[in-house]
Amino acid sequence: MIPPGSIQRAWDNHRFTVRLVNASNKRRFKVIVVGTGLAGASAAATLAELGYEVSVFTFHDTPRRAHSIAAQGGINAAKDYRNDGDSVFRLFYDTIKGGDFRSREANVYRLAQVSNEIIDQATAQGVPFAREYGGLLDNRSFGGAQVSRTFYARGQTGQQLLLGAYQALMRQVAAGKVKLHTRTEMLDVVTDEAGIARGVVVRDLLTGDVRSHAAHAVVLATGGYSNVFYLSTNAKASNATAVWRAHKRGAAFANPCFTQIHPTCIPQSDETQSKLTLMSESLRNDGRIWVPLQPGDDRNPGLIPETERDYFLERRYPAFGNLVPRDVASRAAKAMIDADRGVGPRRNGVYLDFADAIARLGIDVIRNRYGNLFQMYERITGEDPYQVPMRIYPAPHYTMGGLWVDYDLMTTVPGLYAIGEANFSDHGANRLGASALMQGLADGYFIVPVTIGDYLAPLLGQELLDTRSDAFAEAEAAVRTRVAGYLRAEGEHSVDWFHRELGKVLWEACGMERNAAGLAHALNEIAALHQRFKTGARVLGDDASLNQSLEKAGRVDDFFELAQLMCRDALHREESCGGHFRSEHQTPDGEALRDDDTFSYVAAWEYARGGAPVLHKEPLTFQHVRPSQRSYA
Amino acid sequence: MKLTLRIWRQDGPDAEGAFETHKVDGVTGEMSFLELLDVLNERLIASGREPVAFDSDCREGICGSCGLMIDGQAHGPQRGTATCQLHMRRFHDGDVVTVEPFRSAGFPIVKDLVVDRSAFDRIIEAGGYITAPTGSAPDANLIAVPKDDADLAMDAAACIGCGACVAACPNGAGQLFTAAKLAHLNLLPQGQPERAHRTRAMVEQMEDIFGSCTNHRECAAACPKEIPIDFIAMLNRDYLKARRRS
Repeated sequence: MIPPGSIQRAWDNHRFTVRLVNASNKRRFKVIVVGTGLAGASAAATLAELGYEVSVFTFHDTPRRAHSIAAQGGINAAKDYRNDGDSVFRLFYDTIKGGDFRSREANVYRLAQVSNEIIDQATAQGVPFAREYGGLLDNRSFGGAQVSRTFYARGQTGQQLLLGAYQALMRQVAAGKVKLHTRTEMLDVVTDEAGIARGVVVRDLLTGDVRSHAAHAVVLATGGYSNVFYLSTNAKASNATAVWRAHKRGAAFANPCFTQIHPTCIPQSDETQSKLTLMSESLRNDGRIWVPLQPGDDRNPGLIPETERDYFLERRYPAFGNLVPRDVASRAAKAMIDADRGVGPRRNGVYLDFADAIARLGIDVIRNRYGNLFQMYERITGEDPYQVPMRIYPAPHYTMGGLWVDYDLMTTVPGLYAIGEANFSDHGANRLGASALMQGLADGYFIVPVTIGDYLAPLLGQELLDTRSDAFAEAEAAVRTRVAGYLRAEGEHSVDWFHRELGKVLWEACGMERNAAGLAHALNEIAALHQRFKTGARVLGDDASLNQSLEKAGRVDDFFELAQLMCRDALHREESCGGHFRSEHQTPDGEALRDDDTFSYVAAWEYARGGAPVLHKEPLTFQHVRPSQRSYA
Repeated sequence: MKLTLRIWRQDGPDAEGAFETHKVDGVTGEMSFLELLDVLNERLIASGREPVAFDSDCREGICGSCGLMIDGQAHGPQRGTATCQLHMRRFHDGDVVTVEPFRSAGFPIVKDLVVDRSAFDRIIEAGGYITAPTGSAPDANLIAVPKDDADLAMDAAACIGCGACVAACPNGAGQLFTAAKLAHLNLLPQGQPERAHRTRAMVEQMEDIFGSCTNHRECAAACPKEIPIDFIAMLNRDYLKARRRS
């Protein structure tokens, strides 16, 4: 599966050996792309440029709304424009190590290689990256990297890259090569008797019409599943329905318990809170994190003298201080709050204090560096961070787990691909900052458009499966029954209520820190809550017009099932690595303790109807980077 | 806080709409305006009534999904703020707040507070891009862009496509949206080869859908990203040049 030969040549060799579809034959193939974020929009545009007939589906009103738009920090590339010792190999090395040795070397090396082409491509499209006075591209160091390899467009890098891909997509819509279906949600993948993907079933969210679309290949680019926790930094509508339903059609789900918690989010203010807002990680460069020394100390922060403060990251990690990696910083904050040393009205945050930085550098320097972020913070909390310390708390942010894919990004269902955050990805057990945009665009612009040809070439002349065939009719009927089945005027609670309850259970047991007893308990609790949901979720209205509660019902139903697989995966992985921290497995000073002898594999779960999921293991071998234990003390 | 909401309800595009009045108590300053609607919807569901439909997604002011007319102002009373980032501390106990969809002939109502803004996609489709097929790009640093131009292009590119400019305009004009995209692309060296064609195609598509600009400047005042009206002057100049060229 991984191309033979040296890792440096693997992708080149593979591109030479894949079968090609003749330029004039490409129009005879139809490809469906679901999702229009960075991965989906870039894949759809590129496939159409190549000549394929592409159909694109998004549940948003326009492709430009996808959640990639909210990425702030930047995008990594191994350009070495700074002459600071960066290289493709170093980016590869950092990504493998940052992922805590739970990703595939060959995939990650390819990602690092392709990273440079992404910057070229985006620049040619007019993405307004930050520039030096000489007109060349600017870079910054990000997320603790030792080199400056991050390209950025103010704090809106995701927005600008997405608009670039969206505009390329709209050019193909105008050219008639892409059929765009907005406000249309994919609700099933259709497979034939041989188990090969032949199309999708979608629902028009405005009319409720359920329709089938046939294709020679289907690409899922539907993002991650952080919203399973209810409160996360993801957009409200981000969901796992497309990948979960593909999973139920045979696509293995890999490493579902690998989720990333971001340490610098604004804490929840009350029960009505609908989402959490991320504050850029860069704030930790100048802010000092602390809590009161005494539990339950609810004095105003200004009244707590230095001697009664605990700068716990600086104390525990003197070398790295406030800049320890995301997972370490997050767990340390949780430990403080669990010890009743949290701050703020709900005691659910820790301080991020700029007083020293303002005294040292002056208020103007701080305003220059963080003005936008301080303003955003003040808008949300009503507190002025120039005067009082910010309050922050970790929140679910990104999911490294996803559909298992091979080197070609094909799932275990032939003809079904998964790209971007939807696949189990190149980030192993932990993703580095500014690497999500890189991976989404690598998959969409440069990888899947090449690898899909290898699958399609032998199918030349194959007819699309008739959408009136049994396979489509059966899937359509199941979708209609399912959707109608959610309508219930007499339920006990709203769909959101169930989602919130699920989130609480999952965050407690399968969030920043996990243990066997908690996970086992959560499995029972989630199953029981799911049963209640099935008969007790109140969904009003009908299924023949826009009905947002009805849309949510299907998504939350899938989250219930996915949450159980996450707990199962977390329970089976008796080690700590990256974002997965099992309290039973830690070093004496509280750091994650990996078990490479037993767990150096990708856990790929196969869905079993009515039974327990079946675990398949893809062993991971490391020939270029020797696994080592991280240490920040 | 206790508020009274006068809120627009409309079953579908062709149905007749009307205001409905709801009292919501227990409103806190920390809530965003959309969370207020979440609370209202929870209560409507509990009492067996259909919740109010409204668009929202990222809830951090960048996706452009949300957009409500609040007391007659697009995105409400706070400047440079999308509805999702408007917090209830801007309101007072006892306030009566009127909530409507973004109204414009170019944005047909879908249901309640949800409108169809696909007209913006059609304007981008007409020419809002730089033709650069994947794989054809030279090394990024071969194209030097003066920093001032890059910064100005970024100011324009910050548009989130929410439609507040159209909703705020007495003529329902689409100039600020179109001008922002034109400025972003026309200011960059990469955008020069298609500049004239792009400008004509986008402006003409815009005029097919939206009303005319008569310099009321309401668009820039309502824009959550504070995109300046200067870009409309740039659009007009570019359009004149483009027409003269052909």
